[in-house]
Amino acid sequence: MLRPFEIIETLEMIEKENLDIRTITMGISLRDCCHPDINISCQKIYDKITRYAEKLVITGANIEKEYGIPIINKRISVTPIALIAESCDSADYAKFALAMDRAANTVGVNFIGGFSALVHKGYTNGDRKLIASIPEALSTTNKVCSSVNIASTKAGINMDAVAEMGIIIKKCAELTADNNALACAKLVVFANAVEDNPFMAGAFHGIGEPECVINVGVSGPGVVKCALEKVKGADFGTVSETIKKTAFKITRMGELVAREASRRLNVPFGIVDLSLAPTPAIGDSVAHILEEMGLEKCGTHGTTAALALLNDAVKKGGVMASSYVGGLSGAFIPVSEDAGMISSVECGALSLEKLEAMTCVCSVGLDMIVVPGDTSADTISAIIADEAAIGVVNTKTTAVRIIPAPGKKVGDIVEFGGLLGYAPVMKVNSYGSADFIKRGGRIPAPLHSLKN
Amino acid sequence: MRAIITVIGNDRVGIIAGVSNILAATNVNILDITQTIMQDVFTMITLVEISKCNIPFLDLSERLENKGVEMGLRIQIQHEDIFNSMHRI
Repeated sequence: MLRPFEIIETLEMIEKENLDIRTITMGISLRDCCHPDINISCQKIYDKITRYAEKLVITGANIEKEYGIPIINKRISVTPIALIAESCDSADYAKFALAMDRAANTVGVNFIGGFSALVHKGYTNGDRKLIASIPEALSTTNKVCSSVNIASTKAGINMDAVAEMGIIIKKCAELTADNNALACAKLVVFANAVEDNPFMAGAFHGIGEPECVINVGVSGPGVVKCALEKVKGADFGTVSETIKKTAFKITRMGELVAREASRRLNVPFGIVDLSLAPTPAIGDSVAHILEEMGLEKCGTHGTTAALALLNDAVKKGGVMASSYVGGLSGAFIPVSEDAGMISSVECGALSLEKLEAMTCVCSVGLDMIVVPGDTSADTISAIIADEAAIGVVNTKTTAVRIIPAPGKKVGDIVEFGGLLGYAPVMKVNSYGSADFIKRGGRIPAPLHSLKN
Repeated sequence: MRAIITVIGNDRVGIIAGVSNILAATNVNILDITQTIMQDVFTMITLVEISKCNIPFLDLSERLENKGVEMGLRIQIQHEDIFNSMHRI
């Protein structure tokens, strides 16, 4: 028999500490949707998504009610569209995004990811057309998310793609200038992208994945913070142990929901992604966990070490709880989606440079960073190149989701709304990188011996 | 299948009666009841068997919730597995 304090502990985690299932994401392969006629291909995509995901939202809602655990988002990821679109003779790939958007609206999910291309070693013709159509695709749809993998540890960094993505991000910003460059918030540039990530905007259904799969992302920064409040002043062994135990409990719950969703939908269970994903809500911040460890403000000296400990302990607790942990698993550090990060940027404690250092030890990368509208495409490309280098050399996933908000200057606030939150515009280095980016070509893959 | 009903709020007359009337009417068997004061709040935890319940789970959940609103308490029913997954290996 369960003890009352155990039941109360679970209820408190959910009600007071914002524990939730952040997303149930259904991955759907679209590899049988290729066709020389773009309209037929789009129709096949729409039909398949709406058929497979017909019951996704209602199933999620029922599990939520029966288990009493909030499931915030129901989402879909699909095969990178460049692979599907390549067979058709049209170059107007934005049509595929419209088909995805329609399908997402029909089944009632709030995002659909996979308007993507994998170009870490080079472009195919389809990749080239897809990337060129990203600005139109993201500015004419509401729910479609896009990602481009421009580097990997085994292939190195495709600097042509890095240069192009700077230009694409600027175009996305221009096309949605009247909406705070919202298109940029739906576009992620990856190094070492993972194939089973359930979190947006970077989710896509990788080519090694099955026909259809259920991946679940759990979250709970608030739960970790509250657990740490109970061990004030204790040494780091205790801090790590406390985070591990908490991550274990959170992940067990995530696995239960994942298995239940998979059973009810008759779709295989893929992975649990145990990322600490913050939201702008009070008590749901990763920055506040770091501050709970003893930092006056997130971003000060010691922040990287604190984040390294947090990220590692979350993974250790999680892998004990589920045999199928995957995705990005760790701690996310998006600026606009985290009340503590926002506050640290506002008071000057957290700079872009410190965030870059933090991405060496967190789960992903520079996420939801707003920079001045007059930041050049070259500078954005150079920021992407730096981030990709961190990922490639350290054999980890890194990403850049950056928003050059038109007309905004350092210190202005840009509001996105909902889970995307709001962010102060951050300062970028004012010296140029144009000649560096202009070189093009590929930065070779790093050496894997002589490590020091 | 077993579920856990939690009642949280200020103690008053008729809490057990209110909950158990609904359970009797819907053919839900009570396996165990504990009540305690946790952090100054009255807490009642009831383990129930719902396999023979004569209405859908979501309807039962709604009836209990409405009863809670009526009595100024928070009443919630959840599948037992959510707690087992977190606290038992």
